[in-house]
Amino acid sequence: MSAVTIPEPEPQHPRDNYLNAGYGIRSWLLTRDHKRIALLYLGSITFFFFLGGLFALLIRLELLTPAGDLVQSETYNKLFTMHGVIMVFFFLIPSIPAVLGNFLIPMMIGAKDLAFPRLNLLSWYVYMAGAFFTLWAVVHGGVDTGWTFYTPYSTASSNTNVIAAAVGIFITGFSSILTGLNFIVTIHTMRAPGLTWFRLPLFVWGHYATSLIFVLGTPVIAVTLLMVFAERVFHLGIFDPALGGDPILFQHLFWFYSHPAVYIMILPAMGVVSEIVTTFSRKNIFGYRFVAFASIAIAVLGFLVWGHHMFVSGQSVYAGLVFSVLSFLVAIPSAVKVFNWTATMYKGSISWRTPMLYAFGFIGLFTIGGLTGLFLASLGVNVHVHDTYFIIAHFHYIMVGGAIMGYLGGIHYWWPKISGKLYPEGLARFSALVVFLGFNLTFFPQFILGYLGMPRRYHAYPPEFQVLNVLSTAGASVLGVGYLLPMIYLVWSMRYGRNAPANPWGSTGLEWKTSSPPPKDNFDVPPVVTEDPYTYSHEEVERLG
Amino acid sequence: MSRQSTADSQQAETEHVVPVPVYVAIFVALLVLTATTTAVAFVDLGPWNTVVALGIAVVKASLVVLFFMHLKYSPLLDRTVLLGGLFWLAIMIGLTLTDFATRGWMGGQ
Amino acid sequence: MAETSTAKAHASAAHGLQHQFDSLGQQKDASTLGMWVFLVTEILFFGGLFLAYTIYRWQYARGFALASHHMDILLGTVNTAVLICSSLTMAMAVHSAALGRRKPLMGFLVATMLLGAAFLGIKAVEYTEHIRHHLFPGPGFHYPGPDARSAEIFFSLYFAMTGLHALHMIIGIGLLSVLFVLARRGRFIPEYYSPVEICGLYWHFVDIVWIFLFPLLYLIGRHLK
Repeated sequence: MSAVTIPEPEPQHPRDNYLNAGYGIRSWLLTRDHKRIALLYLGSITFFFFLGGLFALLIRLELLTPAGDLVQSETYNKLFTMHGVIMVFFFLIPSIPAVLGNFLIPMMIGAKDLAFPRLNLLSWYVYMAGAFFTLWAVVHGGVDTGWTFYTPYSTASSNTNVIAAAVGIFITGFSSILTGLNFIVTIHTMRAPGLTWFRLPLFVWGHYATSLIFVLGTPVIAVTLLMVFAERVFHLGIFDPALGGDPILFQHLFWFYSHPAVYIMILPAMGVVSEIVTTFSRKNIFGYRFVAFASIAIAVLGFLVWGHHMFVSGQSVYAGLVFSVLSFLVAIPSAVKVFNWTATMYKGSISWRTPMLYAFGFIGLFTIGGLTGLFLASLGVNVHVHDTYFIIAHFHYIMVGGAIMGYLGGIHYWWPKISGKLYPEGLARFSALVVFLGFNLTFFPQFILGYLGMPRRYHAYPPEFQVLNVLSTAGASVLGVGYLLPMIYLVWSMRYGRNAPANPWGSTGLEWKTSSPPPKDNFDVPPVVTEDPYTYSHEEVERLG
Repeated sequence: MSRQSTADSQQAETEHVVPVPVYVAIFVALLVLTATTTAVAFVDLGPWNTVVALGIAVVKASLVVLFFMHLKYSPLLDRTVLLGGLFWLAIMIGLTLTDFATRGWMGGQ
Repeated sequence: MAETSTAKAHASAAHGLQHQFDSLGQQKDASTLGMWVFLVTEILFFGGLFLAYTIYRWQYARGFALASHHMDILLGTVNTAVLICSSLTMAMAVHSAALGRRKPLMGFLVATMLLGAAFLGIKAVEYTEHIRHHLFPGPGFHYPGPDARSAEIFFSLYFAMTGLHALHMIIGIGLLSVLFVLARRGRFIPEYYSPVEICGLYWHFVDIVWIFLFPLLYLIGRHLK
């Protein structure tokens, strides 16, 4: 926390920046500027976040009482399916890469744009096309297969809009693929002079690892959904047991992508946390190379563990053994990161600004989520808690307590750069605390519920589970408020917020060398990099308090 | 003023143009291999039929990749990318087979 | 000396150098790497079907072998040769572009497209025959012989894999026609022809997929009675 603040005159926005580089809707819808494309994505994913949240609200309302009395069970099936599909494919997976990654990666490497700006714009349009199909499915009665689309229910029995939803996710998958391809080529070929791999910000390493997963995993879910489509429309019986097909084959294909997908959701957030923790500890990251390699290790090992979703599916026990061992291994690089962030903070000069609150919350909540993952990797425990609320709590700790906190931390951290405005710090800190408290109240009871045996995807439950469910729903309403507040004050700040200086946090990193907001081509003169990242000197630490 | 990238991917093979006779030789080899694989399919080699057929396919694919797609003359990065993709396909098939191949084992299900 | 480099710079700027790149060399490196990364996504995309094929062939070896006998091995072999020819003409097209020879470039592009169309024509003949013999999976499927269930899975995979492959061929022909139009306008010079090169990479990849599909679908157990 700054002990002494020297009053400075209010900074002026640069006369020519990317926001006023062109006016009118065409200049936005036909832009090739990675920063504007990032904002297009920001609008879209925020819409889907609140839509997915609406379904969550309905779920939690139903679960206030043991009886299934708010909606019918068929409707409930649709609610949790739409919640999952929207949150996973249309919010979490794009969120940090498409918004923060797109905005920052060229700036962090000293480039004018990504390697393929038109492909970047196409990615957004492809995302919107897929979103259209999925929204169509939502509006026309929903889908009830669960976000996992297990066969043969999805191919043979379900009479809901499976095809529209499958087509929607298929199309949006290509948005991910193109983004990942763009990032990989950009990072390899467009780094500024002097910017070697081991001088890259860890945010870039995190996104590089994420892009590997985008490129290697997403095509598999795409072809799998294509097979589901073919089976439903043309009766090509690939998964149909009546024809000698194997539904478990679907699960292998589905989880081959969908497990690495969870690392798509967490690696970018980890990259954000690395940036925030160093800035607000005013200290170099502990073990830079370990953190960088851990990102790659997570991406690689993450592809070897998918069978842990299938321990009770009818998969061979011997395969289960293999996947169980590999799942324990993948925890190691994640643990390395948590240790290194903690060690970075140790004896640092900590400043508890809003981004740091989110990052600190991430570290704790991700640790809990990750440790419960080890419980689940263990075959014996998994058999007991599979398909219960324990699983739901586990993945929400990682995806909400982890990924979404990372996302919000990143949005706040880079908000001055993106908008040229400062958000209201006091209100933002309060919101972060509301999110943290609301989150834990929502999801911690679910660990207990799951362990006691409450199954997932049921809208009715034994009365003895009601107290915990009520606590969870109460938590969800608090959490909802916590998410609404930033929506309001961030939008407010765009008009009424104080102008931001180029580097409000005193952070290292090339993006902070540009104005807030940055000019259209990022750098007037391409920068030359001569230092390692996160070089906070002692004098600087003392000067800035 | 050179970007960091040129240290990464060596000089592009703009300088290297594959001579036409090489292309024609590869083309002839591909046709010969195609005829071979069709002919060998009618010979009973037991389980080796599949191995030979796939082996010939791999040789044909390699010729196309190395010469028609210029990978022989391309930066190391491009080759790494391709090999990575093939390795990942092998992981997907291999690990899935650990399930299907062991289902019949004692206590396997 | 300065004048030459200025003229060259103008040539670069005029000839397709995009503003985010520093040089045509960097742009070409990026484009080529981008296409190889894209081809990896295609490997995994087709890979899902190859996985399904592997598993079911493992489980239903005999049924697959017998079903494969219903494939026309002559047409399959001819089609393989057609695609190999098209790879040669595509490579020659890239070669012509690299040497700045506009008319041969256009000619080889047309030849490649025609060969691709011939492939699709032969495939259409095959599909028609299969459908006529009630070998398209679904309610109309009627298979003479034992192991009908595994045969139906074989034909599901056959139509899915070759259908996906044919779709890629159609896209490829579309790409080549765009290249043809650009080539006619003189867009490609020895310093800038990477669109031709990367479309060539795509075309060869589609050829390679067929190189594997052919033995896996047409040549199983031909030695069996």
